[in-house]
Amino acid sequence: MPFQSTVGDYQTVATLETFGFLPPMTQDEIYDQIAYIIAQGWSPLVEHVHPSNSMAIYWSYWKLPFFGEKDLNVVVSELEACHRAYPDHHVRIVGYDAYTQSQGSCFVVFEGR
Amino acid sequence: MSKKYDAGVKEYRDTYWTPDYVPLDTDLLACFKCTGQEGVPKEEVAAAVAAESSTGTWSTVWSELLTDLDFYKGRCYRIEDVPGDKESFYAFIAYPLDLFEEGSITNVLTSLVGNVFGFKALRHLRLEDIRFPMAFIKSCYGPPNGIQVERDRMNKYGRPLLGCTIKPKLGLSGKNYGRVVYECLRGGLDFTKDDENINSQPFQRWQNRFEFVAEAIKLSEQETGERKGHYLNVTANTPEEMYERAEFAKELGMPIVMHDFITGGFTANTGLSKWCRKNGMLLHIHRAMHAVIDRHPKHGIHFRVLAKCLRLSGGDQLHTGTVVGKLEGDRQTTLGYIDQLRESFVPEDRSRGNFFDQDWGSMPGVFAVASGGIHVWHMPALVAIFGDDSVLQFGGGTHGHPWGSAAGAAANRVALEACVKARNAGREIEKESRDILMEAAKHSPELAIALETWKEIKFEFDTVDKLDVQN
Repeated sequence: MPFQSTVGDYQTVATLETFGFLPPMTQDEIYDQIAYIIAQGWSPLVEHVHPSNSMAIYWSYWKLPFFGEKDLNVVVSELEACHRAYPDHHVRIVGYDAYTQSQGSCFVVFEGR
Repeated sequence: MSKKYDAGVKEYRDTYWTPDYVPLDTDLLACFKCTGQEGVPKEEVAAAVAAESSTGTWSTVWSELLTDLDFYKGRCYRIEDVPGDKESFYAFIAYPLDLFEEGSITNVLTSLVGNVFGFKALRHLRLEDIRFPMAFIKSCYGPPNGIQVERDRMNKYGRPLLGCTIKPKLGLSGKNYGRVVYECLRGGLDFTKDDENINSQPFQRWQNRFEFVAEAIKLSEQETGERKGHYLNVTANTPEEMYERAEFAKELGMPIVMHDFITGGFTANTGLSKWCRKNGMLLHIHRAMHAVIDRHPKHGIHFRVLAKCLRLSGGDQLHTGTVVGKLEGDRQTTLGYIDQLRESFVPEDRSRGNFFDQDWGSMPGVFAVASGGIHVWHMPALVAIFGDDSVLQFGGGTHGHPWGSAAGAAANRVALEACVKARNAGREIEKESRDILMEAAKHSPELAIALETWKEIKFEFDTVDKLDVQN
């Protein structure tokens, strides 16, 4: 009988922080997360960076934070516009919380190659 | 007006029971659960507690007339029944601010939980809560960094952080220990932790451990592209030794050190916390010995008081129990004191065990750490109970994975992110826990195996220390 180990090999993966261990989200799932950001009263913010620099503290802002923006469609079109302008960059959405001066939510939507 | 000296023994209540007193905003208020000896009136017991924890002694003494004792004395201003308990009652005591040295938690506790706990007229005494006045809070340093700064340093947003204590807790060489750290971190955890009893034993001296752990952190950061940390326990036999270890951690570029605040003591903790603020180091706080002090429902100090004291003394993360794991902790009570760690104002709410409004002013918040006997099946409940500003730590629930620690770590990370994603999408994660985890396991063999491994493990024992409610 050939030897069969029940132990699997875990391969290290390079990830981009929150939600990095989940499969890519569908469009609807991304909309749900953006709707959550808006419902929490946070300001949506789009950031991008070249993959070689993904561990940097500061990623480039896409325009400015969309302070007070409540329209999901506006946020989605800005995300897409950023991706079109920087197709090889990582693009992430942030729910910026001015009260705590922190990010209530933050995850990568488009991965650059 | 001057008084005459009248030697002898007066009843405490003549001086220290003042039901008409209206507490000042600057008073430090305390709520004690008192159980007196049979036959001693409540007012006398309560007044004795106020006296013995402030200015009083058993006999009248001439030298008290050299000062204005009415200005300095603690006063019992209210007595309340304990719901569902005939033998005990709550005594509310107001202490003037001048009784305490600025910024000294040690001084507050020496007074409030000093001699009075051995007082013979009492059978049991428990300090349930303290309302710290803003004037005192502003004299304390508080957390060296706080939740917001820690998130910015570690680049972790929008979810609880994930940690794990290295096991076996004793007996590994420095190099083997670093290996286990590396496995956990490459698998997707944010932090690993020294066990509380790892200090600098013959099998693994601290310097050796620190060097190998630093190696593991650097390598796992390179390979995963994420920031990592390990709570290097600097708790030691003397403060000088602690600072030496903390300095070396800083030299190695490590982000966080750890201290055991009860066994180490509040003075040591406050000193180390100040060092951390000055040196840009995060501070993780363990709570060994707490259950000796806080578990008995009628005697000792409630953990909410210890948690409040720690926030003032300083720490960026504090262990709070898990509610669902292997260690004691009632849900409402736990929610009550994690509010005390994280919020800027906590209203009085007896259903959560908070006896006073507590305004924290500008004091930064402390991460609540849930650790002890938890595994992937608990993840939905943990995310629901603790929210994002927490560190969830799975020890056995990481290393016990059939493929090893890296796969165990990945399983936890997948489960955590699946729960956060589902919560944000508006799902009820506790009710739908099974569906959420099973869906996530379709994309993660590591999680599928973890769910299979721990499917039957529960810790369902009755809580020893419950909130006082009428049954």
